[in-house]
Amino acid sequence: MKSFNQEKFWKKWNLTLEEYEKIKEYLQREPNEVELGMYSVMWSEHCSYKNSKPLLKLFPNSAEWVLQGPGENAGIIDIGDDQVIAMKIESHNHPSAIEPFQGAATGIGGIVRDIFAMGARPIALLDSLRFGDFNNSQTKYLYKGVIDGISFYGNCIGVPTVGGETVFSSSYQENILVNVMCVGYAKKNEILRAVARGEGNSVILIGAKTGRDGIGGASFASAELDESSDEDRPAVQIGDPFSEKLLIEACLELRGLDYVIGLQDCGAAGLTSSLCEMASRGDGGLDIELSKVPKREEGMNPFEIMLSESQERMIVVVKKGKEEEIKKIFDKWGLDSAVIGRVTNDRKFRVRDKGEIVADIPAKSLAEGAPVCRRKGKKPDILDSVNQLDLSKIPQPDDYNQVLLQLLGSPNIINKEKIYEHYDYMVRNNTILPPGDDAAVLRIKGTKKAIALTTDGNGRYCYLDPLMGGKIAVAEAARNLSCKGALPRAVTDCLNFGNPEKETIYWQLEEAIKGISEACRVLQTPVISGNVSLYNESKEEAIYPTPVIGMVGIIEDYNHICSMEFKNYNDLIVLLGKNKEELGGSEYLKVIHNLEKGIPPQIDLLKEQAVQNVCREAIKKELVSSAHDCSEGGLAIALAESCIKGEKGAKIEIEDKIRSDALLFGESQSRIIISLNPKNLSSLQEIADKYQVPLLVLGSVEGEELNINWLISIKVDQLEKVWKGTK
Amino acid sequence: MKFGVVQFPGSTCDYDCFYALNDVLKVDVEYIWHKQTNLEGYDGIFLPGGFTYGDYLRVGAIARFSPVMSAVIDYATAGGLVLGICNGFQILTEAGLLPGALMRNNSLHFICKYGYLRVENNQTPYTNSCKGGQVLKIPIAHGDGNYYIDDHGLSKLIKNNQIIFRYCEKNGEITSRANPNGALYNIAGLCNKEGNVLGMMPHPERCMEDCLGSSNGKYIFNSVLNFCKERLSKIEKSFKI
Repeated sequence: MKSFNQEKFWKKWNLTLEEYEKIKEYLQREPNEVELGMYSVMWSEHCSYKNSKPLLKLFPNSAEWVLQGPGENAGIIDIGDDQVIAMKIESHNHPSAIEPFQGAATGIGGIVRDIFAMGARPIALLDSLRFGDFNNSQTKYLYKGVIDGISFYGNCIGVPTVGGETVFSSSYQENILVNVMCVGYAKKNEILRAVARGEGNSVILIGAKTGRDGIGGASFASAELDESSDEDRPAVQIGDPFSEKLLIEACLELRGLDYVIGLQDCGAAGLTSSLCEMASRGDGGLDIELSKVPKREEGMNPFEIMLSESQERMIVVVKKGKEEEIKKIFDKWGLDSAVIGRVTNDRKFRVRDKGEIVADIPAKSLAEGAPVCRRKGKKPDILDSVNQLDLSKIPQPDDYNQVLLQLLGSPNIINKEKIYEHYDYMVRNNTILPPGDDAAVLRIKGTKKAIALTTDGNGRYCYLDPLMGGKIAVAEAARNLSCKGALPRAVTDCLNFGNPEKETIYWQLEEAIKGISEACRVLQTPVISGNVSLYNESKEEAIYPTPVIGMVGIIEDYNHICSMEFKNYNDLIVLLGKNKEELGGSEYLKVIHNLEKGIPPQIDLLKEQAVQNVCREAIKKELVSSAHDCSEGGLAIALAESCIKGEKGAKIEIEDKIRSDALLFGESQSRIIISLNPKNLSSLQEIADKYQVPLLVLGSVEGEELNINWLISIKVDQLEKVWKGTK
Repeated sequence: MKFGVVQFPGSTCDYDCFYALNDVLKVDVEYIWHKQTNLEGYDGIFLPGGFTYGDYLRVGAIARFSPVMSAVIDYATAGGLVLGICNGFQILTEAGLLPGALMRNNSLHFICKYGYLRVENNQTPYTNSCKGGQVLKIPIAHGDGNYYIDDHGLSKLIKNNQIIFRYCEKNGEITSRANPNGALYNIAGLCNKEGNVLGMMPHPERCMEDCLGSSNGKYIFNSVLNFCKERLSKIEKSFKI
């Protein structure tokens, strides 16, 4: 085996001296170039979670309904009737910042493979996107590329994109966030796992041919971006959704075959990671022959083959002798399948090229052996002054109508139909509540059940107070689901943060994780899968700490779902929850006063849970016409949205001692607006009393204008024009 | 009665078409793999939507050469019912079974939304359960639905009543605002001169149940069932003579 002067090499691949020494310890010798490359990608932050592992342990991962928590390609929950839902969210931030179209497209490719690797058919996609300042031309270029990439890939594979969010903030100017969530469906007995076991069993590589794309992508994702990052373009993968579609259908035919031992996708770090993870989980070893790997380029060396991140490839391990059966299935779909090795029992991950050993590594050391970094966090000094917000210095608006319209038309609140109409959200005939509401709802055919899906996050809140921001991210997601009548069941999280080697960033990470953990515990939504994306910073500026929460909820009877638009004239409009004088971190404060200061709204998780309980119970008892939660832009925006979508006005009268702008636009938590037939009010009051939730009658659905106290009086037509951007 | 839904590599709406027939209308239906060349025994063939062959080269250009397509062409030439939806419509134009071509949407991007169609001709196997001028609420989801044909071709279509569906407002008015993709004359669907082959960009198989936003798709599918039932009973009667 070749060995050579390593020094420049291990620095170039983002390994520390400590890590290099550890590698020598595992191998009992110096690593060669191929082995070094393999360790460097597997021990990158993206693959090993070495900076976040100790913190991720804080998440609650289990519950009676959780069949698979973190540790596999995706998490799985039991939804009854022998049916399961698989779910995972993943980031593709760094590639999308350099090459937005392919970065977003391959982000989808990767997350979808994680789902069908579990034996689940992908049934929905959601994307949570964050870009820089809306008016910036670089933002426009990236935003267009990402939307087009998602449209290109998602539509072609026939998986509906049913939800997500698009946020604009200068915090993400240099580091955009592209988080994609995929949800899959399977029968319980169809679940597959990514494991290699049974000495002599065959390891088969299926799907696209292997080329030189994306080499070192995992390392690229684990470092900050700078001016030279454009040279890293070869590290951005190229996607082919047509191949992926064929791969989905072929792989789903593997379910229920007793000779299929395990299925794994090839994602970050390519063959290296897929193979060593399968070996590690199976407690065995693998012997791989690289000359058997179907290649689409000539002269590829072992390093390139092991680290290539060519897309649309999977690994399947089958019982010895069953290779022809597999070939039949993949031939039918026009995909390559090649036996590239076998399972051994010596726990080594051995790679050969034409018989000669080019890498020989203890499998577990690669998959699980990265030294964990224990760090200490420190609250940023600047936060104390940023958290000071003297409301007496914030003038209240002269013209509330003008403020409402300005907020309604601002990038983070404006209607997003122009975005989601790029995505096929109907294919597969399951979408009961399409994009544009609090959450998407998909039915489960053959049953009365449905699932509700959402992604939520708020970087500004987390910047101002990561602990509170973490709690709110989870609470907001759950509230969105409850508003549709769904019982929140599980979380998949994507943690987008800056450089964890900096104490202040590590502090943000730790606090946010604590907040998320606490909320998940109270609201009973265990974290079943997720992703960590660190090093989202450039030129010394990190992004706002932005945990994104993907959540699934269950609806027992899809006749009991509730959309957000006002439905009937004379329905009463009521508020569940309490209005407080909280303007810190609000869209209003930023859009109107250009301030990102104060502390975020304070949340009481038990009170939040109670409000959600009332809402769900009322929906189940068919007492409500519409339900919509208060979030960005506060009460006034929520009312405006329900008016616009329902094409009806509302007359609202609220008596409150708090300042009017806080009343209308403050973002106090745990509030839901419900409209209902007046005859149902007493029943709703009973439920609210049972859970000790405040209930306030705000007014009623009437006329063609939104009237709030003496402050707001705008025709719904005009609200619609501004909200849809069609003035 | 038995129907077939063709499956090409890359078809995505095959499942929805099958579901509409099998689960909603409860009629006998089978998938037809693109390599199959025997279409005996089918009362009607559906070419579903999707991204066959990844839309490589031109939409529908490669699927048109699948083994099954020569059988579909023979089947159609002999008078069999063939309904092409979205990508299926594109394949039919590539195969020469329908005139004209589907080009990129004038907005240059994919659009998914519910819209309205006006039934221009209710004397076809696909619209016999509709009233003339009836407005149907049916969704679209496509990037290449911009129908084009030359002037001469358009006047022939109009003269022969081959234009079956046009994009319209909720009240039936034909406007450019109601046209989602720039299609000539707001054409959303048309048939061949003989009336047995229909191509349409909107997706009737997606609106067979109210919970999905509309059940107007049933008008089209039920029309096909009506036509086939009548044809079968005519055949039975002719045997009794």
